[in-house]
Amino acid sequence: MTATMLTTDSTIPRGPLIPRLTTPQVWGFVLLVPYALVFLAFVVYPITYGLWLARHPASYVALYHDPIFARAAVNTLIFLLIGINIKMVIALFLSGFFIQQRAWIRWLSMIFILPWAVPSIPTILSLRFMLNPEWGVVNQLIFKFTGDDGPNWLNDPAVALTMAIGVHIWKSLPFWTLILMTGRLAISQDLFEAAAVDGASWWQKFRFVTWPSVQTLYLTCTLLSMIWTLGDFNSVYLLTGGGPADLTHVLSTLGIRYLRLDQLDLAMASIVCAMPLVLPLVYFMMKRLSR
Amino acid sequence: MKFPTWREVGTEARLLLIGIPVFIWTMVPVYNLFLFSISPKEEAFAGKLWPDHPTLHNFAIVFKQQHYFLRDFWMQFWNSVVIAVAVGVLTLVVATSAAFAISRLRVPGGRMVMNLALFTYFIPAAFLAVPMYRTMGVYGLLNNHWSLILAMMTIASPYAIWVLKQASDKLPLELDEAAVMDGASTLQLFRLVYLPLMMPSLVAIGTYALLLAWNEYLYAFLLLSNDTELTLPVALGNFLAADDSPWELLMTTGFIYALPPAAIYYVFRRYMVGGLTAGAVKS
Repeated sequence: MTATMLTTDSTIPRGPLIPRLTTPQVWGFVLLVPYALVFLAFVVYPITYGLWLARHPASYVALYHDPIFARAAVNTLIFLLIGINIKMVIALFLSGFFIQQRAWIRWLSMIFILPWAVPSIPTILSLRFMLNPEWGVVNQLIFKFTGDDGPNWLNDPAVALTMAIGVHIWKSLPFWTLILMTGRLAISQDLFEAAAVDGASWWQKFRFVTWPSVQTLYLTCTLLSMIWTLGDFNSVYLLTGGGPADLTHVLSTLGIRYLRLDQLDLAMASIVCAMPLVLPLVYFMMKRLSR
Repeated sequence: MKFPTWREVGTEARLLLIGIPVFIWTMVPVYNLFLFSISPKEEAFAGKLWPDHPTLHNFAIVFKQQHYFLRDFWMQFWNSVVIAVAVGVLTLVVATSAAFAISRLRVPGGRMVMNLALFTYFIPAAFLAVPMYRTMGVYGLLNNHWSLILAMMTIASPYAIWVLKQASDKLPLELDEAAVMDGASTLQLFRLVYLPLMMPSLVAIGTYALLLAWNEYLYAFLLLSNDTELTLPVALGNFLAADDSPWELLMTTGFIYALPPAAIYYVFRRYMVGGLTAGAVKS
């Protein structure tokens, strides 16, 4: 179809060479208006306002001198670099388990999704209560079997942070396992049969068939999970509340802490400090997903 | 009947060796929640695997609002329902029209809107919470349900648009062309061709937005503060602030609160898994 035909025939709905807008395109703009308004009012304006609040160099000096901020930054890095990698390795392993064709594994996979399907509050509070040093079921069992008092789980910052990472893993492991399962299921069964004929071991099948097929997916998932985990407020806040002595904060809970202390400029500055970590990840993900 | 070989038994045993820990790991917090909600107050702390006298008394207290912390239970439950449904519906309206415009009408600049939406999707929600709180203050919406509805819609829309765009890109262009040939207007195309074909994705996205709003704690806790305006998760969080919290009632309320999303998830699982995982990671 040539350009001249396109310009003369106005019923053709699209084409880059049309100089003026056709009716469908006008409708297109109209239909984009709701989202554009939402975006301007609740994304552009808050971000601009937030950056404007974070403009004072004094805020950054204050953050630099606040030991809680340094601790939160370190905690966030531990959460991301150690927590997420452990989670993704387990998810990769379990995705191999859940694609096995067994009736009971199908049932188990229905149960396994439960942490992701239910809201975080009740289950995190349940875990928090299980870890209570006096009445929690964990320490009661320890007492029953060893006669010793169990540790005061949430009162030791290192243990408490580990527990928060555990809560995060508990909550989001099913989701990532599910995603990696779809990746594994997309691999042609012929490849495994050929590998079996060649006498490949379990490990060799994984190393030379599964891994090359899922490695990009795995990397995408890891990065995406890191971005989202930066905003994981619940796992830390609801389990430890940032305590003991504000030693288990991560950046997302710290921002809210400053907000509650009415130090809005510090809250925004602490978020801006996370941007060098966030923006490269976001840029990479946008490159991958917007193709 | 064929007896399994040793090799098969070995494989099965190894699978069980993974399956049983996975089962325990998944169920322990959920079971603990359930256990507390059916235990009488004095037995709740005994550390037993099943209470000697299981009871529904806790549920009765919650449903009849017979405790100081629970005096607004039904109001808060209703608030959660209204907000979740409103977010689900509004997200669908906004995202479907945007996806239709970008994917089917190929509106100029649609790609840029898509990228901006994706960018929003990647901003961690907790980071946007602080400026969002102030923004809602500026708009005068704090302590108003609309603040939470609009905030949750903002958070749900980018992913919704993206998934719906991916799904609509898969519909053949010939469909639109045939409809236009038959004299369909753009709106008829949208209503009679596009919406019916997109139904599975729309169900998935509506459910996604609804569950996101129902489950949200942080924004609800920042944006709403009057006792009668709260949603259930914030009310649950407030339990925690008190020293003399009645834990068995907290757990019972939590259990009731967790049931609807779990039920919805399992009912729509077919749509959710297909619609959402396909969109979640395109490798």
